[in-house]
Amino acid sequence: MFRKVTLAAAVGAAFAVPVAAFGADDAEVQKIRDEIKDLKESYENRIRQLEQRLEKAEQPAPAAASAPAPTQNAPAAANAFNPAISLILGGQFNNLQQDPKTYQIGGFIPGGDEVGPGSRSFNLGESELTVSASIDPYFSGFFVMSVNSDNEVEVEEGYVQNTGSLPGFTFKFGRMLSGFGYLNEIHQHAWDFVDAPLVHQAFFGGQLQEDGLQARWLAPTPMFVELGVETGRGTGFPGSDRDKNGVNSAMVFAHVGDDVGNSNSYRVGASYRTTKAQDRAYDDVDAAGVPVTNAFTGDSKMWGLDFVWKWAPNGNTVDRNFKFQAEYMHRTEDGDLAFDTTGSNQSGAYRSSQSGWYVQGAYQFMPRWRVGLRYDQLDSGTPNIGLVSSGALTAADFPRLADNDPRRTTAMIDFSPSEFSRFRLQFARDEARFNEADNQVFLQYIMSLGTHGAHKF
Amino acid sequence: MSKWKILLGAAMLCVCAPALAKVEVFACLPEWAALATELGGDKVSVYQASNALQDPHHIEARPSLIAHMRNADLAICTGAELEIGWLPVLLQNAGNDKIKPGQPGFISASDFVERLEVPTRLDRADGDVHPAGNPHIQLDPRNIAKVGMVLTQRLQQIDAANAAYYDARAKDFQARWSQAISRWEKEAAPLKGLRLVPYHKDSVYLIKWLGMVEVMNVEPKPGIPPSAGHLSDLVGRLKGGAADVITRSAYQDPKAANSLAEKTGLPVVELPYTVGGTKGAKDLFGLFDDSIARLKAAKK
Repeated sequence: MFRKVTLAAAVGAAFAVPVAAFGADDAEVQKIRDEIKDLKESYENRIRQLEQRLEKAEQPAPAAASAPAPTQNAPAAANAFNPAISLILGGQFNNLQQDPKTYQIGGFIPGGDEVGPGSRSFNLGESELTVSASIDPYFSGFFVMSVNSDNEVEVEEGYVQNTGSLPGFTFKFGRMLSGFGYLNEIHQHAWDFVDAPLVHQAFFGGQLQEDGLQARWLAPTPMFVELGVETGRGTGFPGSDRDKNGVNSAMVFAHVGDDVGNSNSYRVGASYRTTKAQDRAYDDVDAAGVPVTNAFTGDSKMWGLDFVWKWAPNGNTVDRNFKFQAEYMHRTEDGDLAFDTTGSNQSGAYRSSQSGWYVQGAYQFMPRWRVGLRYDQLDSGTPNIGLVSSGALTAADFPRLADNDPRRTTAMIDFSPSEFSRFRLQFARDEARFNEADNQVFLQYIMSLGTHGAHKF
Repeated sequence: MSKWKILLGAAMLCVCAPALAKVEVFACLPEWAALATELGGDKVSVYQASNALQDPHHIEARPSLIAHMRNADLAICTGAELEIGWLPVLLQNAGNDKIKPGQPGFISASDFVERLEVPTRLDRADGDVHPAGNPHIQLDPRNIAKVGMVLTQRLQQIDAANAAYYDARAKDFQARWSQAISRWEKEAAPLKGLRLVPYHKDSVYLIKWLGMVEVMNVEPKPGIPPSAGHLSDLVGRLKGGAADVITRSAYQDPKAANSLAEKTGLPVVELPYTVGGTKGAKDLFGLFDDSIARLKAAKK
């Protein structure tokens, strides 16, 4: 723009001056011509300089100006913004020596619905539908719906995430798998065994979900150091719905991880969670064998340690790799236990201190094939039951809470025709019941349709 | 008065300090780490997330990678879903706004080159196909040049104080690179028409650039390892001189390619695939020097 104006002025000047000089003598004409020449040169110089400056302004750096633009072959269809969708189809064939209806983890107050080996014969497993996408530049959404074999639909996860608005921070809100320990956050289809460790079944009733929010902060260090907090409604076992304002659970956790050479990497973590239960009912029988319903009200506090170690020769997981994983959890419950809530309804103090752990390893010895071994053990301890110590009732009135050390040994072999399909054969000797072992055989398939899901460490 | 001067000095130091710090570059793959080192020189600090002996499709989203992603000023990856099994986990957990897709700090290299084998039919029955086309773009050196230009531009954008430095390095590298390309094209002239059986579809850019031919792959479908039955089928199809060489990349298990070579009598060539894949592939120049030399040696 500026260049054009200057040019016009220069041209205008060049024409205007000779007209004004009409009729002057030769010397004067020469003088005027020289002046015009000078003027012209000075304008031309200025124009050149301006052009150069303009050029510079238009191209900050020659290398940058020639950088290629993205090639355009993205789909332009109206459904281009459709979120990523993936579906997991799973199912199993179970052969259980003991009647699964009698299954219990002896010594532990039961809760949650994903306890036990499932039913006999063919079972449709959970079909999991995952939908995820960016919402806007600030948030992304993630939704996992599962349909179980009884045609019950459940929102397994449905959360909104923001990452990086504050350096190192990731926020999640909605329903999510709790960040307690290692395995709890991982979806069932990515587990190395058919079922959850006994400690997850006893303490969470399967997998712990939280309706609430989670914040994580990653330290700006070359080593992985992550700190997190989580809080929410806390209705999932061992908590319960308390119909109260505010929050019902609080958790802190920390993870540290790194590589050891090219072939090894690990992550260790610690978690502490506290929640409250109100009238958390369970079924038992009294000393005479009459069915009763008891209920716990009080605090449930848990801490846990988790450890994962992965090995692959030179970090190349395709041919061979090994994964070792272990978790320890300890739970203290402190409050009141009501006996026979629909009958005599007696209540007294209750305190339990229980723990459990598992170790497992999965080894891929050649492409597609893996073998795994797992050992579970729990320690129920003997709870302090006020109604028993006061003499109002006897320990025989609480048979489910008798001291027990449930244990289980599991072996599996799986075959993955591709990274989207897997077949697994699993044997387990489950000694969770009182004085009764159950030999279990599972044949499982896990198939993944649609978007390629990335897996956590 | 002197107090103010000290304060002013301190303030200026604070303003200048970021320019002194190196640009932290997170390179998903060795070729991009090598390119960032070529173009960034001592103004960048490059973290290479994987090595040439690791299958780029299957890198673990390890804690160390998340930690380095969190501290990165710039991340350069191939894209086209090559890193789909691990990169999203890093991006979701890093808590780093600078390297989110769409930001100047994130480069998806395959966006800037012409991709081959963009499927017209998307069906997992065809194996692990990539909807955006074949992602192994680094084996055409002209793609490296293009991505290099983008990288220079982004470095200048992120670290404007050193824009002239990056410009000088880019000019130097691009000049040496285009000379090398003409040299390679001359050297590889005898390879024209060479019929290859690569293990995986990860050499198509090299094959197309040098005018070679991909007859078939050892894998029955992309990402599906060959079974014994498939291998014996291949032996039958390769008899009668249907191909000249079997190739495999450094990160692939040699067993299948070797057994096929044994049964067909064809030579098997180990290609570096990326920087560090073989001893000769020390840097980007070595990658192509060595790839061409190895193919020529097998042809004799």
